[in-house]
Amino acid sequence: MKRAISAAIAASILAVAANAEAVAPSDVAYDEYGAVAASLSGQPGNAEEGATAFGSKSIGNCVSCHAVTALADVPFPGNVGPSLDGVADRWTEAEIRGIVANAKKTYDGTIMPAFYQVDGFTRPGKAYTGKAIAVEEIEPLLSAQQIEDLVAFLVTLKEE
Amino acid sequence: MKFKAMTALAGALAMVTGGALADADDDTLTINEEIEIITKTDAPAYIDGLSELISGWHFRSDETQQLETDDFDNPGMLGVEAAMEVWETADGSEGKSCADCHESAEETMVGVRAVYPKWNDNAEAVWTLEMAINGCRTERMGAEAWKYDGDDITNMVALISSVSRGMPMSVAVDGPAQATWEEGKELYYTRTGQLDLSCANCHEDNYGNMIRADHLSQGHTNGFPTYRLKNAKLNSVHARFKGCVRDTRAETYAPGSPEFVALELYVASRGNGLSIEGPAVRN
Ligand code: HEC
Ligand code: HEC
Repeated sequence: MKRAISAAIAASILAVAANAEAVAPSDVAYDEYGAVAASLSGQPGNAEEGATAFGSKSIGNCVSCHAVTALADVPFPGNVGPSLDGVADRWTEAEIRGIVANAKKTYDGTIMPAFYQVDGFTRPGKAYTGKAIAVEEIEPLLSAQQIEDLVAFLVTLKEE
Repeated sequence: MKFKAMTALAGALAMVTGGALADADDDTLTINEEIEIITKTDAPAYIDGLSELISGWHFRSDETQQLETDDFDNPGMLGVEAAMEVWETADGSEGKSCADCHESAEETMVGVRAVYPKWNDNAEAVWTLEMAINGCRTERMGAEAWKYDGDDITNMVALISSVSRGMPMSVAVDGPAQATWEEGKELYYTRTGQLDLSCANCHEDNYGNMIRADHLSQGHTNGFPTYRLKNAKLNSVHARFKGCVRDTRAETYAPGSPEFVALELYVASRGNGLSIEGPAVRN
């Protein structure tokens, strides 16, 4: 009895902690198809910020590979990845979160970079300087909140 | 494992391609109305990932393509002219010029660019053209080696390339060069940096596609040194490699490093059969 209660308390403390701060990149819980159920930052995302991150070269730079009709004012979208129009009809929010955080969990061997990962790289460099970076200094390409903002933007992309 | 990724990618590409944008164009390239350039040909048997070789020239705009058709319009020819003077100029403790040993580059250097990088018996290593040039400077002229990817040497490589324009690239991939070639192949398929991309991800799996405003080519070296409109100068092969590796957010190898020499041999062999274009014009 006592044990069960303290376990319950422990669980609720964990839940609070998860709500309050971001999950570290190496602690993200991907399911076997690569989806991530819970918000990485513990907060809801902001779709407008997400749209900006998507098109901005210095943030997500997703447009280097993906077109989105809703962002027609962002010039020169790439086509290495599919157009993301209607992406929310194809994937759930949890699946989209998983793809943005680490697309390799959904698509084996994809060219799409993992935006919330800090280890396992070959010859990682300090941003675009061509110089080496110490492994413990590697930051994910996007913050937990930036990923939530992107997810919030992408779930608005419905065609039906 | 691989299969899943491949089919996903194929599906994704089928959705977005189909526009003329995605393809290399059908133009043909003749330089100075006399040098016919092979810009498309069958891939060599030892290259698994390509069936047709396509010169980077086909992926550039009409305006950029045009600049390569006439030496008067090709800004890379200024580097060739500068090197022609240096060719005749004595340097180093021996008081010799290139011309003292090699006479006229237009005669003795024909075909040289086609077979480099190449095994060097004395050095017991694969040598690039840059290494051969610096070998002459230090061993025969008593001169200082030029900076591996500096302007002096890149101009000289451009001169030596220019006299072989039209000839097909034909570097040897077997014999003593084979181990280096294998090493280069390994590097070509290794994904690097925080973006985790290999040369093949961009230049084998996605040539013809747009990565933002850049039209991806097959990444051949037959046009080197290339005059790039972006930095308005001649660029060496290793400088280009360095830029591409840097763009994966990786620690690059140094120009002239054994890794880039091996990679150059392998990438050159992927273009065996395409005509030498150097100095080509790119953006
Ligand atoms: C270097 C190329 C590249 C970049 C950069 C990139 N992606 Fe992708 N993305 C792909 C590819 C390719 C696929 C399709 C999966 C496959 O076939 O490998 C994909 C798939 C997706 C999908 C699923 C698409 C669908 O319709 O089923 C989503 C969502 C997505 N990407 C979002 C993003 C976001 C958000 C960013 C930026 C933070 C981004 N991508 C950056 C290449 C890229
Ligand atoms: C993120 C994508 C990307 C990766 C990865 C990449 N490149 Fe490139 N590369 C480009 C772009 C963009 C260009 C300029 C357009 C073109 O010619 O494809 C280019 C151009 C080149 C060229 C010049 C081609 C010409 O005709 O002038 C060569 C050679 C080349 N790359 C080799 C390599 C090698 C070798 C690697 C691996 C070490 C590599 N690239 C990795 C994007 C990439």
